[in-house]
Amino acid sequence: MGYPYSHDLEVNTLLSRHFGDEKARTLEGWKELGGYATLPRALEMEPGAITEVVKESGLRGRGGAGFPTGVKWSFMPQEPTGPHYLCCNADESEPGAFKDREILRWVPHLLIEGCLIAARAIRAEHVYIYVRGEFFPFSRIVTDAVVEAYEAGYVGENILGSGWNCDVTVHIGAGAYIAGEETGLMSSLMGGRAEPWIKPPFPAQAGVFGRPTTVNNVETLAAVPMIVAEGADWYRQWGTEKSPGTKLWCCSGHLVRPGTYELPMGIALKDVIYDVCGGAPNGKKIKAVIPGGSSTAMLTADELDCEGTYEGMAEAGSALGTASPIVMDEDTNIVRAMRRIAQFYAHESCGQCVQCREGTSWTAQLLHRIERGEGSLSDIDTLYHLCEQMTGRTICPLADSVVFPLRSSLDKFRDEYEALIRC
Amino acid sequence: MKNPIHPAAASSQAFQIAEIRPIERLFEDDEGRDRLEKALSRYPEKRAALLPMLGYAQERNGWVSDESMEQIAGALDLTPAYVRSVATFYTMYNKHPVGRHFIQVCTCISCHLHEADEVFERFLAETGTRAGEVSEDGKYTVIEAECLGACGFATAVQVNDRYFENVTPDQIPAILDELD
Ligand SMILES: Cc1cc2nc3c(=O)[nH]c(=O)nc-3n(C[C@H](O)[C@H](O)[C@H](O)COP(=O)(O)O)c2cc1C
Ligand code: SF4
Repeated sequence: MGYPYSHDLEVNTLLSRHFGDEKARTLEGWKELGGYATLPRALEMEPGAITEVVKESGLRGRGGAGFPTGVKWSFMPQEPTGPHYLCCNADESEPGAFKDREILRWVPHLLIEGCLIAARAIRAEHVYIYVRGEFFPFSRIVTDAVVEAYEAGYVGENILGSGWNCDVTVHIGAGAYIAGEETGLMSSLMGGRAEPWIKPPFPAQAGVFGRPTTVNNVETLAAVPMIVAEGADWYRQWGTEKSPGTKLWCCSGHLVRPGTYELPMGIALKDVIYDVCGGAPNGKKIKAVIPGGSSTAMLTADELDCEGTYEGMAEAGSALGTASPIVMDEDTNIVRAMRRIAQFYAHESCGQCVQCREGTSWTAQLLHRIERGEGSLSDIDTLYHLCEQMTGRTICPLADSVVFPLRSSLDKFRDEYEALIRC
Repeated sequence: MKNPIHPAAASSQAFQIAEIRPIERLFEDDEGRDRLEKALSRYPEKRAALLPMLGYAQERNGWVSDESMEQIAGALDLTPAYVRSVATFYTMYNKHPVGRHFIQVCTCISCHLHEADEVFERFLAETGTRAGEVSEDGKYTVIEAECLGACGFATAVQVNDRYFENVTPDQIPAILDELD
């Protein structure tokens, strides 16, 4: 199963089983499909025990960085001295990523159940689901589901008679990629510009409203109910030791069957691209793939035989990121594509750090100049120099995000840059 | 007053819509007061209701004027300058009136690989506008957008609160007809 296309691989779908099924959106339909069966069990568990199962399952954060979820939860204070919060990161704005939206719009109650179980584990009393503003049709679906869940007693006071209270609020953004960075998200949620802050303080110490907070991605939270229901060993039957479970891959660019597919961790990148998505249309060859969303290093067509896991993609010199391959066929102008990516980061820099604010826009301008045939060879050196300046020196990794695709495109497709300069 | 909304929904109402209901004083009718009160009830700090209230202003008026920002500042005990600094940070708050159909064409990388630039140009041509301006009949504004998060359905176009996906240049006249 995939969305909008299916594929022939024999795989078990856990998260995406009901994508495309309108019935799954309503509380009634969702319950018929077995929904909200895990919450009562979680309510009987000690918060620490929930965290322990998730830790053992090896689930890693699906927002891009792959941080182990159970470990993150264990950073939260065990003895609350005041409110704790859970923020569900549904800001999905990384170019190439469109997986969370499928969860939001097809299985909103799965997400809500995951949020509640996670909130229980970290002793949170309020969950904020921060959905990017543009996602109006999907935030509406989630909001309707939350209201239904309130009315049925799954959310709010004395949930299912357990004496535990937890609120859920859907909060929408207003067009800012940087609100997806966890501290940017919290700044935004507090009614500010979505400006990231320097850690420490870490969210688990002082997050939103100055209180201990956990920020988790939509896909991470949606995986929680089944892990708590079926156990860590069950989840580990898919994937590798370091990257267990299944993963939503959202594939775009020049592909016969672009879309979102749930696949076991460890599948080879080339199989995702050629078998699942049918390769490039019109019999064209593939030139390059940006495998994990626009902020990861480009791979050439010869480098696609790598394992689709956090560790496997790192070994291949890139990153799994959000598992969002952007595929470019043989006719693609790499400089132009890279310029378009750089333009995104220049537009989305929040402007707090000089290296990022100036670096991203210089990069975009230089690339534009080369694209127009007005560049010089020294521009290539300047681009490399900018890569140096933008790495590891800023409050958040947005500046680094443009360096990964940029540097790899310069290393691997230098001939294309030079051809445009010489013409 | 429109159907009362659940407090959990007070911060997630679509604010880019065609059916605006202009109002001068945001918080002097039941609906505005209700929206403010419900949004405030969801956060431990007043300031957190700022984005929801900027959204409410735009939902009613189609854009966020200086006057709206002042009223919101008053309602949340913030300075108008602070409210402006936040409103201008976010691209989705319109600081000027826009056409009734606000058309955003994603031209970011995945859409760029699929004729997004041509789709954008065609929208401009068909509506007889330049990027960002309101057409003479007040119906359209067309802009380029950064990634709309629909990369597998390129080219993605958002018109107010709706998504149009897999858009090709030749579909544009039909899309514009459908909007009317
Ligand atoms: C510039 C930037 C943008 C980000 N955007 C998102 C996003 O849209 N969605 C998301 O879940 N995480 C995003 N992240 C990652 C978050 O900071 C955070 O690591 C994540 O939400 C944690 O959840 P997880 O542990 O479940 O992955 C972004 C990070 C950076 C640096
Ligand atoms: S790196 Fe860029 S986006 Fe991140 S805080 Fe600095 S200026 Fe803002």
